[in-house]
Amino acid sequence: MPAEALEPSQNPALLAVEGVTKHFAGVTALSDVSLEVRPGEILGLLGENGAGKSTLLKILSGVMPPTSGRIVFDGAEFAPHNPQDAKRHGIVTIYQELSLIPTLTVAENIFIGRAPLGPLGLVSWRKMEEDSRAIIARVGLDLDPATPVSALSVAEQQLVEIARALSLKSRLIIMDEPTSALTETEVQKLMSIMDRLRKDGVAIMFVTHRLEEASAICDRMTVLRDGRLAGHLDREGGPIKLPKIIEKMVGRAASELYARPTQRDVAGDVRLSVRGLRTVRDPQAPHAIVLEGVDLDLRAGEILGVAGLVGSGRTELARAIFGADRIAAGTITLDGKPIAPASPADAIALGIGLVPEDRKHQAIFAALGILNNFSIAALGRYSNAAGFMAERREREALASYRKTLSIRMASPEQAIEGLSGGNQQKVILARWLARDPKVLIVDEPTRGVDVGAKAEVHQILVQLAARGIAVMMISSELPEVLAVSDRIVTMRRGRITGEMPGVEATEEKLMELMALDRKQEATQ
Amino acid sequence: MTSTTEPSQRGGINVARLLMSFGPLMFLAVLIVVFTVLKPSFIDPINLFNILRQISITGLIALGMTFVILTAGIDLSVGSLLAFCGMVAAVVAKGGTANTLSLSTSGTQGYGWFAALLAAIVVGAMAGGVQGFAITRLKVPPFVVTLGGLTVFRGLTLTISNGGPISGFDASMRWFGTGLIGPVPVPAIIFAIAAILCHIVLRYTRYGRAVYAVGGNAEAARLSGLRVDRILISVYVIVGFFAGLAAFVLSARLNSSEAVAGIGYELTVISAVVIGGTSLFGGIGSVGGTVVGAALIGVLQNGLQFNNVSSYTQSIVIGLILILAVAFDRWLKSRVRR
Repeated sequence: MPAEALEPSQNPALLAVEGVTKHFAGVTALSDVSLEVRPGEILGLLGENGAGKSTLLKILSGVMPPTSGRIVFDGAEFAPHNPQDAKRHGIVTIYQELSLIPTLTVAENIFIGRAPLGPLGLVSWRKMEEDSRAIIARVGLDLDPATPVSALSVAEQQLVEIARALSLKSRLIIMDEPTSALTETEVQKLMSIMDRLRKDGVAIMFVTHRLEEASAICDRMTVLRDGRLAGHLDREGGPIKLPKIIEKMVGRAASELYARPTQRDVAGDVRLSVRGLRTVRDPQAPHAIVLEGVDLDLRAGEILGVAGLVGSGRTELARAIFGADRIAAGTITLDGKPIAPASPADAIALGIGLVPEDRKHQAIFAALGILNNFSIAALGRYSNAAGFMAERREREALASYRKTLSIRMASPEQAIEGLSGGNQQKVILARWLARDPKVLIVDEPTRGVDVGAKAEVHQILVQLAARGIAVMMISSELPEVLAVSDRIVTMRRGRITGEMPGVEATEEKLMELMALDRKQEATQ
Repeated sequence: MTSTTEPSQRGGINVARLLMSFGPLMFLAVLIVVFTVLKPSFIDPINLFNILRQISITGLIALGMTFVILTAGIDLSVGSLLAFCGMVAAVVAKGGTANTLSLSTSGTQGYGWFAALLAAIVVGAMAGGVQGFAITRLKVPPFVVTLGGLTVFRGLTLTISNGGPISGFDASMRWFGTGLIGPVPVPAIIFAIAAILCHIVLRYTRYGRAVYAVGGNAEAARLSGLRVDRILISVYVIVGFFAGLAAFVLSARLNSSEAVAGIGYELTVISAVVIGGTSLFGGIGSVGGTVVGAALIGVLQNGLQFNNVSSYTQSIVIGLILILAVAFDRWLKSRVRR
């Protein structure tokens, strides 16, 4: 691809999204969104969780069609039937979950489905490897194309995906949170590759949470908020400044959806105390975030908000306290006594509960009934000494939570997967309430929960705290953190980067702390 | 955005749901009617009890296999383990491996039926425990561990028996295989009691809830405080226990423990469980289903035999039924999800 002599802004748009709207079952995920990407530029697509970024990505990559609106790609109407179709047209999306096949080699992955053939119609391995070498060199990779992909780091795999996209003559590469699993040096390397591609005339759409990275590399930005276009930002001479981005992302002083709590009187004693908590890299999950010395106090009756982006270590902190991941160093005390839960069972016995982040894979038993889902963490409480379930007591307990938490369900036997996300989450909350925990950690409590039920879940958390439970709420939705937290800490890269009382916090302040690098911290 | 909330589904009764619960049972009823029409003597109590006796051996193991499959596991070693436990029971009953071919029970100085039974179920349970340990602690998939077990237990059986059978047990032991209580064969009574106990355990106890939970979502079970590894080991102990019990009953019935007993039983047993509606992916299934599945296979075999269909053809029919049963189950589930 020849380098364009024109300034990017003078190029005609390669991709134009015009007034795209998407409805899901009564919910408007995207409303009248327009944007443009030009050849040889990097467009940042920014927005909070739930702003509509993923929906737009799915539309552009052919996963689903828009409800209304028009997309023009390379001068022609673009309506891909499926992801393959989008790829054929020259738009490749690189997701956080990479799509390479780990057991195959780099070369096999690049040429999957289109291996070069020799004279006899057999695969020409030599040509495949030679071509692969040239292709990956374009993204600055220098490795043997016969290496299996499973032996590569996430960063290298990402580059292989980009290389494959380039070899398919892709003209627009959409990268969904490409840096979330990368180390600082890997991020730098990826940025330089992106820069090189830009000079080659490739258009890149960079979807990210990381404001400073976006600021460093993007020529322009499009910011979404609540499914709408919040605005476009242009690089005018220098990088786009963080406060400007934050202003666009937040948009309003306070969300109408989340009523700010009045300062509650939280005078409880310290329940849970964490000092110098570290985890080690697990060889089974080499790319997970490692905690690098976390100090934290959680008081009885308070809601501590933990704000952090994906990859900040917030979930890892919860799992370490809960005994789900191994701790390398540091101490945890509960009511003044040191504890060392080696498994979730230990932590639960000590009075700690966890509502995990990924409800479908970590919390619900999809095929089982609501009753079984409800009582699974408290089987001992609803059974007699001989091990028989005391089903009447169990049903009564569920009935009472059904009322107090207003769980909308048909019957206790109904499979939980038939409930809406919000009602599923209430059942999971009831699961822990049945144990009367001292500490309840909730990780992304309203993910996949519709707006109305979100407020209900928040109300429940406030009530739990009022009952003296120490609640730690992890969330990447800042309005939510602000709405319910008595105190807020921010995390980034496995460390706590700041702390403030809930009433003093604003989205702007938190976002700065969440986005802050330690290097920057040191120089500021 | 993961908030693609599906339309909330009512738990009301619909045809697909009913079929899902009672499909195998209705199919069983249809088969019985068809075979009776073809040959009215099929429905004779004598023949029905005969079927019960036939299915009780694999049925017992299928009860244990239900626990295993509910946890999304599998045990391929049960046929070999049955032979091994049978041989252990024989050695205990006969007081040694000598005199293996004599059908005469006089002159043997064995330890009696109770010791033989105890030996069979303890050995079976321990063998299951070892396999469970390999699955949970060594992280070898159940399919592989029990495939290895299938070979190992057969080899152990041949080693202690020197390849031959050990035959000739006293009357008190043989009663467990051939005796009748009223008109009902003893093996069928053992099977019925075991089935009821298993049903109670799975349906009404803490442990049963845990088994379903581990099979339904092992990670969620762990994060809910269940000791997943222990539960997994326990289900292999249970299936081993039932292999031992079945071995004792089979040896008593044949008055002989054969080194080649139980070859291919794992397939019949797994078929019974799966036809009975237990999902190979875990978390869904019931003892009642397994009993119906075992009965279905028994009725099919007996009915086909009754109508002079060769055993070769029987295999074909049973295999096809297995596939159809699962296909039907899938189809129903896809309808229910809508």
